Amino acid sequence: MSGARTSALATLRGQIERIETATVVHPHDRVALGHSEADNALKGGLARAAIHEVFCAGSQGTAATGFVMGLAGRVSAQRPLLWVRQDFSEIEAGALSMSGLAELGLDPRRMVMVRAADVESALRTSADALACDALGAVVLELWGETRQFDLVASRKLTLAAQGSGVTGLLLRMAAQPLPSTAETRWMLRAAHSPPGSVWDAWGAPRFDAELLRNRHGPCGRWIMEWNCDECQFSEPSTYSQPVAATPAHRPDSTVLQQRRAG
Amino acid sequence: MIHALDEAAERLGLYIGQPLANARAMCPDLKVFDADTVADAKTLSDIADWCDRFTPLVALDPPHGLFLDITGCAHLFGGEAALLQALVRALGRQGFAVSAAIAGTSVCARTLTRQATGTIVADGEEARAISRFPVSALGAGEAITTGLRRAGLKTIGDVTARSPSEITARFGARFSTLLAHALGQGDAPINPRKPLPDYIVEKPFAEPIATDTMIAMTLSRLADTLIASMEKQGKGARRLEAAFFRTDGVVRAIMVETGRPVTQSKVIDRLFRERLDALADPLDPGFGFDMVRLSASRTEIVVQEQRDLDAHVHDNDELAALIDRIAARIGGKRVVVHLPEDTHIPECAVLAAPAQHHLAAAMQAEWPARTESEPPLRPLRLFDKPEPIKVPFAAVPDGPPHQFTWRRALHAVVRVEGPERIAMEWWRQDGKQLTRDYFRIEDAEGLRFWIFRDGLYEGEVFDGDGEPASPGWYVHGLFA
Repeated sequence: MSGARTSALATLRGQIERIETATVVHPHDRVALGHSEADNALKGGLARAAIHEVFCAGSQGTAATGFVMGLAGRVSAQRPLLWVRQDFSEIEAGALSMSGLAELGLDPRRMVMVRAADVESALRTSADALACDALGAVVLELWGETRQFDLVASRKLTLAAQGSGVTGLLLRMAAQPLPSTAETRWMLRAAHSPPGSVWDAWGAPRFDAELLRNRHGPCGRWIMEWNCDECQFSEPSTYSQPVAATPAHRPDSTVLQQRRAG
Repeated sequence: MIHALDEAAERLGLYIGQPLANARAMCPDLKVFDADTVADAKTLSDIADWCDRFTPLVALDPPHGLFLDITGCAHLFGGEAALLQALVRALGRQGFAVSAAIAGTSVCARTLTRQATGTIVADGEEARAISRFPVSALGAGEAITTGLRRAGLKTIGDVTARSPSEITARFGARFSTLLAHALGQGDAPINPRKPLPDYIVEKPFAEPIATDTMIAMTLSRLADTLIASMEKQGKGARRLEAAFFRTDGVVRAIMVETGRPVTQSKVIDRLFRERLDALADPLDPGFGFDMVRLSASRTEIVVQEQRDLDAHVHDNDELAALIDRIAARIGGKRVVVHLPEDTHIPECAVLAAPAQHHLAAAMQAEWPARTESEPPLRPLRLFDKPEPIKVPFAAVPDGPPHQFTWRRALHAVVRVEGPERIAMEWWRQDGKQLTRDYFRIEDAEGLRFWIFRDGLYEGEVFDGDGEPASPGWYVHGLFA
């Protein structure tokens, strides 16, 4: 009897150990975001096969949406993207616009949208979808504080993501961070455009991204810019348009690098 | 007005259509209930659901009749007589007064139910079987029945004795067709409630089943059989329906749809499991189900694809299977893909279509290309209905506001780009739609809005007196 109990305990311990060690992500499973400081903090980039949470205040929903969209575009690598959202979130924050998505340099063709009526079905759908390895990323968009998204639900999503290698991104608008099994947690705000006159065109989307929690590295806060043409994040440019004249005798990019260094 | 009455009342000489006061005068202790035609129709349709166990071809014959096409089905229930008896007895036990008959044509069978319930007429015997019945049994309508009676034609036999041309000339072609059908000369097609499924498998139980595990097991066995019969013809199912026949006559039908033909029973099994799991009103077995039927109501020929060399095909298959599962759980309309529409009105530029049916089309869709090195020109989030904002004043009448109030918060404008004028499509809309001037605006916090003025300044918007009024302002979207 006691022998059976010990062996059962040993099996359970083994299982827990397996679960715990599975969270160690190998460097080749990371995707560089393009912003060098953030990539350094993330040890090379955003981990695939994990859950990442992006929080924001209620009024900053679109900035966070853009950031999540950028992360999804980075990790999904030409694979389909499943976006699960609550009905309520669309009323509050507006519907995701496919033309806006295309304007960010992402591909609306690879987007499948699930309109879940409530949090339970949204959670269940995302857990199902995270287990499907044909997807590049699954985004779960929730509005407001939810009781249903607790540590158990978060663990379920993490396990599903680890099993399939699909990245899960959680967009939590108007919500406060709670303990979870996420690999990283971000707080998003919109950042100002670089200085200029009232009638100057603004530049690329800019995010004030704060890394609140990072399982395998330091946290930090950066201004990140989304480069719509190259589909990656970058350090903020000081001006929305290039100000220096392009020299004819050497390539433009060297000038840019020098200016960044100086 | 009397809508319907029972046999006892009929014996007292009351008739349908009689004013209630007259009926009360004839029979003071008459019991009266309000007629509820909607509930009657519902009951009839429920009975029709129950009759699905005998044949898939059941047609309604309002107000209180049902046609069952039992061609080729009778032997499954031990012959026509046994089927008729089983049906009448089962309905009788539920408290219904049933009159039923079997004949070669639907009209003849209906005539028989009115006069001689329980009759079974062989092919070719129709004329003889109904000739002695009064003409009212044909159900040709009040005017014709009275007309026939006045002409001295009391029974159907009397009418058939006259030459058909006389009858047609006097009572119209429609009546003579009805008569011909009743006599077994040609038949009017019945109009079944549901289209005939392509494949059906069913399992009756001597002892009703009620547990979830038994139901799941039965479904998966039925799925095996269904797949086997479809496989022989190279078909796969696109729409499946499981019908659960409860012992007390209630029938519950549950449908799942798939994006591409299903050829594996475990997929069917899983879809139904998802669907049953997610039902808002769960399957209530009551005293148990005595029959479960699985039918494939839409099937398609399966094209075998080369899989080993192209991993992409496999990925698409998995995605389609995932979409099917989610759709089975939360509904097909809730999983959508997006197709571009050929219009420049922002809210109409994208069509959300069910992913199950339009996945392939969406994957190939041509989206307008973005301009290189431009910041985004369209917002990432778009409000379905533009939200009105309060604008105190604009510096230039035509220009953008300095500040505005949206959702009770004041936003000071620090950056403006625009206007981008979008005219409405006068060739499509009926009513007059206003031209919109869109501005891309950044406020002091760095939030970026897409706002528009609805109508040209001093050109399109007028107040009640025909004087130019100031146009409304709206937030239509938000940029990242």
